[in-house]
Amino acid sequence: MARRVTARRMVVSTVAAWFFGFLIFFPILWMVLTSFKTELEAFATPPSFLFFEWTTENYATVQDRSDYFHHAMNSIIIAGGSTLIAALIAVPAAWSMAFASTKRTKDILLWMLSTKMMPAVGVLVPIYLLYKNLGLLDTRSGLVAILCLGNLPIVVWMLFTYFKEIPRDILEAARMDGATIQRELVYVLLPMAIPGIASTLLLNLILAWNEAFWTLNLSTSKAAPLTVFIASYSSPEGLFWAKLSAASTMAIAPILVLGWFSQRQLVRGLTFGAVK
Amino acid sequence: MGRITLQGVHKSFGALDIIKDANLDIEDGAFVVFVGPSGCGKTTLLRLIAGLEDVTGGQILIDGQNVVNVPPAKRGLSMVFQSYALYPHMSVRGNIAFGLKMAGLPRPEINRKVEAAAATLNLTPYLDRKPRELSGGQRQRVAIGRAIVREPKAFLFDEPLSNLDAALRVQMRMEVTKLQKQLATTAVYVTHDQVEAMTMADRIVVLNAGRVEQYGSPLELYERPANLFVAGFIGSPKMNFVAGAPASQHGANTIGIRPEHLRIAGEGGGWPGTVSVAEHLGSDTFLYVDAAELGLLTVRGIGEIHLKGGDRVWLSPDPARLHRFDRDGAAIRT
Repeated sequence: MARRVTARRMVVSTVAAWFFGFLIFFPILWMVLTSFKTELEAFATPPSFLFFEWTTENYATVQDRSDYFHHAMNSIIIAGGSTLIAALIAVPAAWSMAFASTKRTKDILLWMLSTKMMPAVGVLVPIYLLYKNLGLLDTRSGLVAILCLGNLPIVVWMLFTYFKEIPRDILEAARMDGATIQRELVYVLLPMAIPGIASTLLLNLILAWNEAFWTLNLSTSKAAPLTVFIASYSSPEGLFWAKLSAASTMAIAPILVLGWFSQRQLVRGLTFGAVK
Repeated sequence: MGRITLQGVHKSFGALDIIKDANLDIEDGAFVVFVGPSGCGKTTLLRLIAGLEDVTGGQILIDGQNVVNVPPAKRGLSMVFQSYALYPHMSVRGNIAFGLKMAGLPRPEINRKVEAAAATLNLTPYLDRKPRELSGGQRQRVAIGRAIVREPKAFLFDEPLSNLDAALRVQMRMEVTKLQKQLATTAVYVTHDQVEAMTMADRIVVLNAGRVEQYGSPLELYERPANLFVAGFIGSPKMNFVAGAPASQHGANTIGIRPEHLRIAGEGGGWPGTVSVAEHLGSDTFLYVDAAELGLLTVRGIGEIHLKGGDRVWLSPDPARLHRFDRDGAAIRT
């Protein structure tokens, strides 16, 4: 029997949902508001919420002092490149695990995922030395490689769960219809899995865009993405809240817009397989 | 041409033997049905012929050529799956045309063939729809269209009607049979439904636990079952089996009497029993008679029998239609 939803219960849950939604969103809102304040007002107690002198000078200063577009381009190349390479490796890997699995497939998947459970700082020194000796420090290719390898287990795992949902019969039907493995992948599997592949890659793109640990440790200026750009505003000379907020707003804006337009895909991707 | 020959085909998954030494000769143009209880290996045998599973041992010949190492795509067979297995992202036209596209046929020829197949199956108005916009019966037709358009050496059907409702199943059963005769293409059809098997097949293969129990025409299987398993599996309601003294009288270990061959005799004539349940179907009456040490016997009589539960009856088997089986369950032929 379905639970009866009374009007009162409806109002209470709607208010609660808006409250928690606002609570989660508040830091971002506060950051955006602060970015339009002067440095003095950013520190003011009590803080002013909406009634202050709005200014865009922080944005101009930030762009003058450190080149936003240089960092943004690095972020696009690093996040986009690592996602693309991860997809090229993960699609065939997930295909073989889903449709040509062996006794050890589940173990391999778990082992891959287990590497994500290791704290990154544990391997910082060896990786730093490796990158130094290979001349990969502060290079975009070096960052693409580390982010791609870091996210690969999640990408393979997610694609595997998507592919698993595709009925085997349909692939066998394609085989009976004369398709080679390659054509079966291109004409049947990929078109059917497009929603899954899209949300997986989108999630990977967001993870790579926001990744700060490796980008901060392995790059300084030439290959530095937006995470490094933000961090540069918390400097030894003191904190510049308003400028830091402006830099952060500029850094998260692209991914926020992307996330907004693809939220349906993302939610589907994150809850896929949870309910059958 | 589409002659399929199985020679000593064997299939095991690990230590488990699924198919044990299957030998069959399926003639060109024949409609052969694999029937058996679930888990008997009938679908596995079909998938071995299709090439979707590899044989563990033995040979599969299609028109005299051993195909065990030939991939499914190159065997020249088409298959209709239980789940239809239509490509959900393609239109009906795309689904039917897929095999021809893979074969690299020129577009005008593909269109001509697809339209001809669609016309045969009354699918012309639906050519531009997606599978999800079709009913179960229409989806089934698309799956069949996809199979016939390639003009294969043989059709393989894996329980294709089991997802349809009863009325549609009867209709599709006739359509599939008619189409197969019209195309004169060999068909191998898997089902667990013996009515489908009896009505559609030229010849039936009865499988049990991975073994071919009997291979013959529907009436041959009904009239001369090779062993106890086939005798019990073919025919509905099931054949009655009686062991002990009545069987010894006929020089057998077990005798089998079909429900339609048990007559209700006058008082004192034959085996006494009490009607336990009487089912009046209008055209037929099924009586379940408790015949003491002989066990529960099923009788199929005409609709006008007015017996009910608790009535005393005497049953006599038709001696000419008695089936005799030896100690190993094999039929004794005279």
